[in-house]
Amino acid sequence: MQIRPILAALRRHKAGTVLIALQIALTLAIVCNALFIIHERLANMSEASGVDEANVFVIKNQWAGDRSTQQIDAQVRSDVLALRQLPGVRDAAPASGYPLKGGGWDNFVTMTPDQVKPTTDSSVYGSDEHLLDALGLRLIAGRNFRPDEVVVMGTQQVVIPPVVIVSKALADRLFPDGSALGKSFYAMSATPTTIIGIVDELHRPGVNQWNRPYAGQSLIWPLRPDDARGIYYIVRAKPGRLAAAMREAPKALYAQDRMRIIDPKDGLLSFARVRSRVYDRDRGMAILMGIVSMVLLAITAAGIVGLTSFWVGQRRKQIGVRRALGATRGDILNYFLTENLLIGLGGVFVGTVLAIGINLWMVARFEMARLSLAYVVAGVVALLLLGQGAVLAPALRASRVSPVEATRSA
Amino acid sequence: MLSYYLELALRSLRRNPALTALMVMAIGFGVAASMITWSVFRAVSGDPIPDKSARLFTPQIDGWGPQQNLKGEPADALNYTDAMVLMRAHEAKRQTLLYPVQLSVMPGGDRDLPLAANGYAVGGDFFAMFEVPFEYGTGWSAQDDHARAAVVVISDQLNQKLFGGANGVGRTINLGGHDYRVVGVTRHWNPKPRFFDLFSTQGFEDVSDFYMPFTRALDLEMRTDGSNSCRGKLTFTTWDDWLQSNCVWITPWVELDSAADVARYRHFLENYAADQQRAGRFDWAPNLRLRDVVQWLDHERVVPPESRISFMVALGFFVICLVNTIGLLLAKFLRRAGEIGVRRALGASRRQIYTQYLIEAATVGLAGGVLGLLLTAAGVPGVGLLFPPQIARLAQLDLSLVALTFAVAIFATVAAAFYPAWRAAKVQPAWQLKSN
Repeated sequence: MQIRPILAALRRHKAGTVLIALQIALTLAIVCNALFIIHERLANMSEASGVDEANVFVIKNQWAGDRSTQQIDAQVRSDVLALRQLPGVRDAAPASGYPLKGGGWDNFVTMTPDQVKPTTDSSVYGSDEHLLDALGLRLIAGRNFRPDEVVVMGTQQVVIPPVVIVSKALADRLFPDGSALGKSFYAMSATPTTIIGIVDELHRPGVNQWNRPYAGQSLIWPLRPDDARGIYYIVRAKPGRLAAAMREAPKALYAQDRMRIIDPKDGLLSFARVRSRVYDRDRGMAILMGIVSMVLLAITAAGIVGLTSFWVGQRRKQIGVRRALGATRGDILNYFLTENLLIGLGGVFVGTVLAIGINLWMVARFEMARLSLAYVVAGVVALLLLGQGAVLAPALRASRVSPVEATRSA
Repeated sequence: MLSYYLELALRSLRRNPALTALMVMAIGFGVAASMITWSVFRAVSGDPIPDKSARLFTPQIDGWGPQQNLKGEPADALNYTDAMVLMRAHEAKRQTLLYPVQLSVMPGGDRDLPLAANGYAVGGDFFAMFEVPFEYGTGWSAQDDHARAAVVVISDQLNQKLFGGANGVGRTINLGGHDYRVVGVTRHWNPKPRFFDLFSTQGFEDVSDFYMPFTRALDLEMRTDGSNSCRGKLTFTTWDDWLQSNCVWITPWVELDSAADVARYRHFLENYAADQQRAGRFDWAPNLRLRDVVQWLDHERVVPPESRISFMVALGFFVICLVNTIGLLLAKFLRRAGEIGVRRALGASRRQIYTQYLIEAATVGLAGGVLGLLLTAAGVPGVGLLFPPQIARLAQLDLSLVALTFAVAIFATVAAAFYPAWRAAKVQPAWQLKSN
């Protein structure tokens, strides 16, 4: 192959060569990291919630006026009865929070009552025996709560029930040998709570960095949250009747008692909205990185076309001489493709180092994950192909230079 | 001469429309991406109270100890016991404790449904400390704080809803079943980030509806509507149990005018924590912080990583666009080596060639700036797709952003043209003439 003459020619175009290589290097560094960010964010957005998302909606109900815990408890009981009787509704439950709500309640978990350093952390949902059906959770071991196990939890009260249903993730974290059912643990309490049931998936309310090490670790306590500040009603519509049920439900609640607030803006949310709301940062980042990557690749390709075209124009005479001396069109095409490949290899080499450097910095600064090498390899291949594609048109034009050019003066 | 160079530049740019378009687009996209992400970054990373941020401090006292605190850092808020000590000692010129509360405005007039209202329980000093602007009336006095008075300051927005914008001062409103006398109506005031409550918020919330006396809120046993973070075993079942627990939920702020005042206050905190250690309440050495607003914003990481990362990616993108432009300018200028040779041979100095090509580059920069501005104008309203609504709302296309867009586009393009123009000026006339 004719590498030595190409290198000799490149030495005469140092600036242009360096500029193309630099552009390829920087593009690789940014596109690799951008694609990796997209991958991470999409992974966040596709986390399973355990909820029957197509049919569930949530009502955020605030109480108006000063009410005692007893009054609130009576109201909550009649509210959920009213909701369950609606024609479009399959089941409804009062709850202290719900998966993907953002923020929320979590307790540290210990295995013994006097352990100071926590074993792990679990998000906490307080609800009654209808929550499993209202969310559509899958019970994989043990049993649901009995109605007589559900107790009242007033405002800012700590009540530790003796029984608990945990997510599989929490059960496995606490009892890796799979023997969780029937075992006990302590969740910031002096008394133990015993696992009577395990549900398959149950996402935490929060999705931010703090929740990452405890992903999927949740527990449900049989506590009716009669908090003076408000309550959530989780409602599961019958299949295909979500819209109708969402219209009926607030009317039914206001018919029970008008001294409540269901915010017109976010008081009534379908679970699809819940999911899109909690992941809006992730979605925005993925979109932005996608746009940046595409435009960047396009600009880099256009830059290569521009500079190579210039070189072809500059070397028409030399190309003519080579053709006159017997070089075929294929030889000329090959020359420009090889030249671009050499520059591209230089660029991706520097770019790989840069890409890894940027990622390491982001790992330290933003607690991001390590860049997987697959992304770098994919980026390298993509950029080399992009370079070859971009150079093809000017190279073809070069190959069509007629040998006669050799005889013409510039 | 300048207009002649400008004419030359335009003629040259017209000769290669594709190459010119490519350069203008690269500059335009690069500038627009940087400006759009900058408009967001600028909004979230600003100093919300620039003339006072160095004089407002939030004290932190470690009530959890080395085994349960935040990797050595004290909690981001105070428990009731420590907060009350700070309030009673009154060691600062001005001070306030605060926590968010949520109440309902009961029906009245032509409203038959209650309204949700979010506000803060604060001390009377709050308004002067944080420079809250008033439409009508004022805040309440220290006496009102002591008397645990049923007074309230409402926002202009709530005043609009309740009294149709008329002066609400002196009127009575029912919040959560209790009557309050309105003593003040604020003008629109919603500092971003909400530096005074980063414990319970991310810093970018809707405007607060009301402010009521902290002491009154305690009397009514109002639970915090914000965060409440506890350690160890939780045993409280009553309001008083909860107050005595190690749960943190109160944010304290003090105003200290001089370095000496700051040192004195720090000394006071140290003495207090040492006393607690001696009394056996803390079995660890004093672990305190006294951060001012800027340090507090930084500590709480109020700038979302997304806006930082996207701004940096956009800058990287812009750098690549510039590298691209350097390459294209180089190709464009050197292609005219023959022309340069002729001009040089006819007496043009290197300096004149240099100027001519820089002006050509500046023309490209200007065109790129116009395109960048159009893209920025189209993109800023679209940031709602990329950032959460409460942050996207902050991004605005104002005069300073327009000016910056142009300045950056032209400056960057001219800077990018230095090398290509220098190469053009270096062209040897003799060589060019000979080969022709």
